[in-house]
Amino acid sequence: MKSLADLAAIREKMRSKVLPEEGSGDIRVVVGMATCGIAAGARPVLDTLTEEIAKAGLSDKVSVTQTGCIGICQYEPVIEVLEAGKEKVTYVKMTAEKAKEVVEKHLKGGSVVEEFVYSEGSKPVSALKDATFYAKQERVALRNCGTIDPENIDEYIAMDGYAALNKVLNEMTPEEVIKVVTDSGLRGRGGAGFSTGKKWYFASLYKADQKYVVCNADEGDPGAFMDRSILEGDPHCIVEAMAICGYAIGATEGYVYVRAEYPIAVAHLQKAIDDARSYGLLGKNIFGSGFDFDLHIRLGAGAFVCGEETALMTSIEGNRGEPRTRPPFPAEKGLFGKPSNNNNVETYANIPQIILKGAEFFSSMGTETSKGTKVFALGGKINRTGLVEIPMGTTLREIVEDIGGGIPNGKKFKAAQTGGPSGGCIPAEFLDTPIDYESLAAIGSIVGSGGLIIMDEDNCMVDIAKFFLGFTVDESCGKCTPCRVGTRRLYEILEKITSGKGTMEDLDKMEELCYYIKNNSLCALGQTAPNPVLSTYLRFKDEYIAHVRDKKCPAGVCKDLLTFTIDKDACIGCGLCAKNCPASAISKTDYVAPGHKLPSYVIDPDKCVKCGVCMTNCKKNAISKK
Amino acid sequence: MVKKISKLPFQGTPEQEAKLKDVIAAANGDRSRLMAVMQEAQAIYGYLPYEVQKMIAEGLDVPMEKVYGVATFYAQFALSPKGTYNISVCLGTACYVKGSQQVLDKLCELLGIEPGECTNDAKFSLEACRCIGACGLAPVMMINEDVYGRLTPDMIPDILKKYE
Repeated sequence: MKSLADLAAIREKMRSKVLPEEGSGDIRVVVGMATCGIAAGARPVLDTLTEEIAKAGLSDKVSVTQTGCIGICQYEPVIEVLEAGKEKVTYVKMTAEKAKEVVEKHLKGGSVVEEFVYSEGSKPVSALKDATFYAKQERVALRNCGTIDPENIDEYIAMDGYAALNKVLNEMTPEEVIKVVTDSGLRGRGGAGFSTGKKWYFASLYKADQKYVVCNADEGDPGAFMDRSILEGDPHCIVEAMAICGYAIGATEGYVYVRAEYPIAVAHLQKAIDDARSYGLLGKNIFGSGFDFDLHIRLGAGAFVCGEETALMTSIEGNRGEPRTRPPFPAEKGLFGKPSNNNNVETYANIPQIILKGAEFFSSMGTETSKGTKVFALGGKINRTGLVEIPMGTTLREIVEDIGGGIPNGKKFKAAQTGGPSGGCIPAEFLDTPIDYESLAAIGSIVGSGGLIIMDEDNCMVDIAKFFLGFTVDESCGKCTPCRVGTRRLYEILEKITSGKGTMEDLDKMEELCYYIKNNSLCALGQTAPNPVLSTYLRFKDEYIAHVRDKKCPAGVCKDLLTFTIDKDACIGCGLCAKNCPASAISKTDYVAPGHKLPSYVIDPDKCVKCGVCMTNCKKNAISKK
Repeated sequence: MVKKISKLPFQGTPEQEAKLKDVIAAANGDRSRLMAVMQEAQAIYGYLPYEVQKMIAEGLDVPMEKVYGVATFYAQFALSPKGTYNISVCLGTACYVKGSQQVLDKLCELLGIEPGECTNDAKFSLEACRCIGACGLAPVMMINEDVYGRLTPDMIPDILKKYE
């Protein structure tokens, strides 16, 4: 690949394959084969489609290909049928049998199989862009996910891939690149929200024999999977963006630090790097411009703290991933002691579009201080879980109620958790808060990397705080005392509270300790570790007090505070509870309720282990916990 | 996180040792590749017993203390062998709020082991993990490479039967 003309030739050739051309009669079927898709059974669907299409003699007309995450995780496995001049049809919850039927009726017969089509409520929505799930979304970072085959570099090029790299190398100076990125208003999507352009600018200032571009793909926040989806679904955009960054800051080498828990992402990224190399889009003298750039992958090994940039660099160097004191910042002394720039996957994913379409394109979306879009991994107690990309400034209510379709089983929304173990819980009264860096910080949470977990009335907020603290206790690297010892002591206080042994003084001590850890820890892990406790304590104080003073868990989660009782008048005496009780804590009484034939049962609270088996077995809902 | 260190005698074969030597040689003395070498060593042996760590330390010319330090720092490195079927239950946030703790409890009860342990017949080992990124299917567990989603505790006995 030497020039723009070579790139354009591939683009022309491939364009009609990715987006079937009017009049050609070509049909393209894509199968969502990201991790969630495969886990839900997408592989047999893809195999069946390929087989049946060949059998039906449609192979010339219909192509089947894998693609990345389509976004509607709840409905996996998902396939989409694209035909020029027609609306795209999305089939959900596919199986091999259903795939056969789609080939027979739709691909061969030409009529859509309505019953398998994505629906919201009762009416099928064949065109996903019309669905309420998608209507408020704007796809920039995810633009190619669910459209192209991530393992095919030509398909990436067909969607204007590597055109941005060509543009910067041939038409722009490094200063101009940095200016466009700065003007776009893009801020770090890993959570800290620092201006990406400024970061690049600082790294460009330092002179050295070697500089590095680093990509943080160590997505450790439990509940977040946007970086995995981008790497799985569109790995080339990261390769391209890192090369652009290399040109802007004067670096010729890059490292991507990926979690080893993401085998598909690693495989796709490796293939992308190899293919880019063989096309001459990585390596020496890219596009004949004299610019050299190459990339390496380093695998993480499961340490949350490695998401912190200095710890990540220490880990790439082959050490225990402990953070370093800043300053010096990585821009001055980063990887291997050289000036380095580190951004997260989603941040890089925006770069090629910003370069191609200009700063204005990106800065026209979002709010005054937070520009562009943000990807969220919507999960927990919500009807439509999935990967959503919304313009900054969209309200939480729009995400929960419109995009996510509300809370399942008629339960009540209790809180939205953002920012994982570094973030906070947002209660119902703040549902109309627009999502941007400043607004979320003002209500005690953070945008974070994009995990958005919805909780309902059955979740105990003290238990959730304990859950996150358990996580940080495990993940604290141990380098500094406030974090190593502080988080453990904080966890112990929470354990005391959830087991009913807490006192009101413990609550004060807990709060004081939170601020101590925040103010004295070395890195962001420790500085933000108390956030889940502080935000739940601030917003759900009643629940903490109920645990301490009344020895009750209002949500019915904390086992030590629960009592299981049988309503003696509702009990029909079937004995299923007693038969299934692992602790033999249930026995027959002498009492026969009016209208019933058999005597009722009773639970001995001293023997009860609070496993809840009796409750699941009771056919009459006569057992309650509180 | 405190790791359980195996007391079983080391049973490495000459073939495994030859493979490890190749991996070490491929690193070409680049000490920043320590973690990568350890990852490949774990793929060869299934875990990182003392003897393997020592071979790596000598091969890459780094102190044993550093290899051990890295091995104990990262969750992925195992110091005790895993069962034929390694079960990891996701305790990430999305899975946790949807009841993965109950799934884990059920597995402990059925297998008679705690997370981090292996059954006596070396068939099953159990661990809790942090987010495998399949949050849309929560709660999720993995048995070796197979992912099981949308779990409830009463599905567990039938799933385990497939591996007996």
